[in-house]
Amino acid sequence: MVAFLGPNGAGKTTTIDIVLGLSSPTSGTAAVYGADPQEAVRRGLVSAVLQNGGLLRDLTVAETVAYVSHLFVARRPPEEVLDRAGIAAIADRLVGKCSGGEQQRLRFAMALLPDPALLLLDEPTQGMDVEGRRSFWSAIRQDAAEGRTVVFATHYLEEADAYADRVVLIRRGEIVADGTAAQVRALAAGRTVRATLPDADQAALRALPGVEHVERQGAQVRIRCSDSDQVARYLLNHTAARDLEISSLGLEEAFVALTSDDGPELEPSPERHR
Amino acid sequence: MSQARLAALERPVPALGGFKLAIVALEVRRLLRNRRTVIFSVVMPVIFFLIFGLNRAYAADRFGVGNVSAQIMVSMALYGAVLANSNGGAVVSVERLSGWSRQLRITPLAPVAYVAIKTVTSMTLGLAAVVAVYVAGVVSHKPSMPLGCWAATAALVWVGSILFAAFGLFVGYLIPSENVAQLIGFALLLFSFGGGLFIPLSQFSHPFRVLASYTPLYGLNQLVHYPLGRGAFDWTWLANLAVWLAAFTSGAALLFRRDTARH
Repeated sequence: MVAFLGPNGAGKTTTIDIVLGLSSPTSGTAAVYGADPQEAVRRGLVSAVLQNGGLLRDLTVAETVAYVSHLFVARRPPEEVLDRAGIAAIADRLVGKCSGGEQQRLRFAMALLPDPALLLLDEPTQGMDVEGRRSFWSAIRQDAAEGRTVVFATHYLEEADAYADRVVLIRRGEIVADGTAAQVRALAAGRTVRATLPDADQAALRALPGVEHVERQGAQVRIRCSDSDQVARYLLNHTAARDLEISSLGLEEAFVALTSDDGPELEPSPERHR
Repeated sequence: MSQARLAALERPVPALGGFKLAIVALEVRRLLRNRRTVIFSVVMPVIFFLIFGLNRAYAADRFGVGNVSAQIMVSMALYGAVLANSNGGAVVSVERLSGWSRQLRITPLAPVAYVAIKTVTSMTLGLAAVVAVYVAGVVSHKPSMPLGCWAATAALVWVGSILFAAFGLFVGYLIPSENVAQLIGFALLLFSFGGGLFIPLSQFSHPFRVLASYTPLYGLNQLVHYPLGRGAFDWTWLANLAVWLAAFTSGAALLFRRDTARH
């Protein structure tokens, strides 16, 4: 499972639209499993739960799934996807009478029909309550465990942290980070080492391996680095530093740091980012 | 990652771009669930025929190679079929604006197949409208015209009314809501008066008769009555139909493009 994160307007939905062949790239080409995106969709290799995909309110849940199942050739039986999405019990309910979470699970059921190799979810839990989100993710996770690639765009960082094996962060259409949630966290900020050290030799501190940023506030120094152990060892062994404190940033802060447009304070070093 | 799934690049693509009668059946079921549409396009024209078409004062009067009752029957069938197809067109725009079409775009359904499904669905309801009024005509024994005329007028009404799907499409894009059916119903009521479906145009005063000949249902109404009326064929009927069809189609296309640009 891959989480696809970025602030509003970073290009998440645009990327998903291009992968699905809903939009074409302004330059360059897109290929999905070596095929043209629209071809991949026609053959059921890729499917998606769209953020703004509408449903027909005057069909029942089962009829909606039947409708889409008639469109695919290689497909899973409608009963099976209803079951997997956890909506078999409400199969005869009119779509217009379903809650937001139930409608979202219906979209998920529809996306499972072609048995795709890649499943894209665009802000899948937006507008769901906590319980709806939990049961939605448990259905998705169960499915991904069987070997399907699931890519989801989300605003909820805790979802990325909890469910993704890999996190890709984009800003203004560029990838700024790509790794596990822990790696991305470390990438943005690593840890901050704070100590009381009057007359600190900033140049020497900056020369330490993994140090990204050194800041003095009166008698205090704040050093942001990827290897806090080394910095701490240096401070304690080779300087008069005291009151040493090490803290790490959460994914949320890493997200803000990596994706803010005017955040030079936490600007990551360029060689790490493509 | 399962190889079975990747090897599926050789998975087949559905025949006919995804067109299936099973889907048409689902669409028809959906349509029947919408009682208002069924009542207005199938039940109302029959009631109108029973009210206007059986009046002893004029029902047996001569009209071309048949009688006035037959003429009214054709008008009412046209009214129902046009309503059915306009609603069918409006459904397409409402589905587009609600995002259902976007949902369909991530399936193998080809745009042409989608249009075909919608057309067949609309024509099914249109056929029901025509058949209902004609059955009422047969049962009442009042309409009289040669057998060939029954078939010719019914076929013209059924096929010609499809053109009004363009009107529905246009209005659907103009007023993207599920209440679009009410507006269409009201507009078609006006068009029907203008086209002479409810009151013979000969009863209009001259200025109104001229005005009426420019309204959208005028041309089609004259055309479908041609096998029965057998007057002189007037090319302005076709001109009326062609101009309005072009107007609705380009209006819908314009709104469609504006909507596409926004997304």
